[in-house]
Amino acid sequence: MDFAIPNYYIAIPEMFVLGMVCLVLVIDLFMTDKSRTVTYLLSQTTLVGAAVLTFTTFSYETQFAFSNTFVRDAMGDVLKGFIYLSIFFVFLYARPYLQQRNLFKGEYYVLGLFAVLGMMVMVSAQSLLTIYLGLEMLALSLYAMVALKRDSIEASESAMKYFILGALASGMLLYGMSMLYGATQSLDLAVISQQAVNSDMPLVMVFGLVFIVVGVAFKLGAVPFHMWVPDVYQGSPTAVTLFIGSAPKIAAFAMVMRLLVDGLSSMHIHWQDMFIILSVLSLAVGNIFAIAQTNIKRMLAYSTIAHMGFLMLGVLSGTKEGYSAAMFYTIVYAMMSVGAFGMIILLSRAGFEADQLNDFKGLNDKSPWFALVMLILMFSMAGVPPFLGFWAKVSVLKELVHIDMTWLAVVAVVFSIIGAFYYLRIIKIMYFDKMEDSSQISHSLDLRIALSANGLAILVLGLLPGPLMALCAATFGL
Amino acid sequence: MAFEQIIFYFFSAMVLLAGVMVITARNPVYAALFLVMAFFSSSALWLLLEAEFLAITLVLVYVGAVMVLFLFVVMMLDINLVALREGFMRYLPVGALVAISVIAMMTMVVGPEFADFPIPERKGPEYNNTAELGRILYTEYVYPFELAAVILVVAIVAAIALTLRRRPMVRKQNPDQQVSVRKEERVRIVKMDVEKR
Repeated sequence: MDFAIPNYYIAIPEMFVLGMVCLVLVIDLFMTDKSRTVTYLLSQTTLVGAAVLTFTTFSYETQFAFSNTFVRDAMGDVLKGFIYLSIFFVFLYARPYLQQRNLFKGEYYVLGLFAVLGMMVMVSAQSLLTIYLGLEMLALSLYAMVALKRDSIEASESAMKYFILGALASGMLLYGMSMLYGATQSLDLAVISQQAVNSDMPLVMVFGLVFIVVGVAFKLGAVPFHMWVPDVYQGSPTAVTLFIGSAPKIAAFAMVMRLLVDGLSSMHIHWQDMFIILSVLSLAVGNIFAIAQTNIKRMLAYSTIAHMGFLMLGVLSGTKEGYSAAMFYTIVYAMMSVGAFGMIILLSRAGFEADQLNDFKGLNDKSPWFALVMLILMFSMAGVPPFLGFWAKVSVLKELVHIDMTWLAVVAVVFSIIGAFYYLRIIKIMYFDKMEDSSQISHSLDLRIALSANGLAILVLGLLPGPLMALCAATFGL
Repeated sequence: MAFEQIIFYFFSAMVLLAGVMVITARNPVYAALFLVMAFFSSSALWLLLEAEFLAITLVLVYVGAVMVLFLFVVMMLDINLVALREGFMRYLPVGALVAISVIAMMTMVVGPEFADFPIPERKGPEYNNTAELGRILYTEYVYPFELAAVILVVAIVAAIALTLRRRPMVRKQNPDQQVSVRKEERVRIVKMDVEKR
């Protein structure tokens, strides 16, 4: 039996996060409701510490550990960095919301950090087994977080839907993985990738691939596997919707990259067609259904579906430029999504959710500054220059034209223009409609500063998109 | 070899039969008991595959713990069976059609390639499945193994977070106070004069 001691050093961020979650879990037991802020601060420290550890041990080299079940590469590290960043903002925005609704408990933070760990595992997965375990760790934490507001019937209902459909999707994914395992007799993605080139079971591989794409599409929320997205976004407490809408999308992108690009790139021709169908349907359904919504959380859910369609357009190109464009898109989307849900939290107060479109009426009279921040976010989501969302869309479209799929780029642009309607409607409501609810925004300074920074970042990075794009390109060796 | 095949087909038939009964049985308690039967038969199949540790674990964990819990839940929840079965016959033809066509397509796609799948090599009597599992679990698969442990912690935290309710009106014992009680708090020594006759 030859066994080498694994290279623990490269997994140090994961180990740090796991240790800190256990610490937070125990320390929270001794906290009263008044001193619960300690839990919050410890959770934020965990994220900062993990970011520092990831950054200091960063290298462009691809390293493996734990018998090739764990991989550490530049793409993974950058994605992890943005996961920490978006969850840092999520925790910051969520605190006042949780405090006002008697939900400010340690469980939100413990489950949130477990979800972060799950995402890190997914990002660093090099074997089918670790992808699945990371996914389940993330998903189980999210199911419980959706149901945390126990007295709310909507929250319980959406948690139930999320759980059952999520379990179904995991089953699909596992079935596909078992087929791949049967055909290649390995769980290691590198071995699968070698075997896939001239497999003696090509049909079984494609058969497994179909189920894997279904599972991945469910996790991304792509049409026709999107049924859970609007219900879960609307039914969850906004603090949890904020969580689901941000970093898990980055992790889902990482899962696509690991499974389909690292593992099955030789089968690109097969999954490209599936992705074309999924992305066109997502763009159509997401953008058109969003117009009919009056609840802003539900509207943003349909907008997520459309954005995921765009993300898949980047991945399906099958080139390094396309992957880097899709990665850029995911990061930008997470930033915008955090900001948009943060705005809902800013307008809400105890007993008032501010999740209707009409609740944004006359925001300009109430607070011109935050109306401007929301305007930046909405323009960016719609893809109006010079905001960051524009560059994200452009880089994906450029790659589509580059691989001679101009028709697909045209379809994407047409649906984006249709989608611009509902983003612009919010701006119209904020600036041109009469204020109905005259209560002032009375949230703490940290929320205001963070939200302003979030909005400004989208404007500033939109004016200077170079560094972020270069970072994404560099991770793919471009 | 023929004897082993008879055993294999017997238990396979049992698994299939029990599986069908699980979804068709009218009484949910019967359905749960048929699931127990399905678990038993599949553990026998695993024994034939020389995976004795998994076979024993299946019986111990699923039959011994999970299914008992399941039966409790079924008995404690008052499920309205009539409402659950409503529309069963109406949806049956469509469901059966979809299921049969999917099975047919899957067999057509996967069947030919899996038909000449190499038969796994038979291990000798000195082969110890439990030891092999233990060795691989703590060396090659240590990372997934630890992750599985973390997932169990998540499940515990989630289950407690969702079900633990602290109600102020409940009268309950406090073992800590009970243990640390002192004699003076409970016993009152009363000096009494001796009764006179």
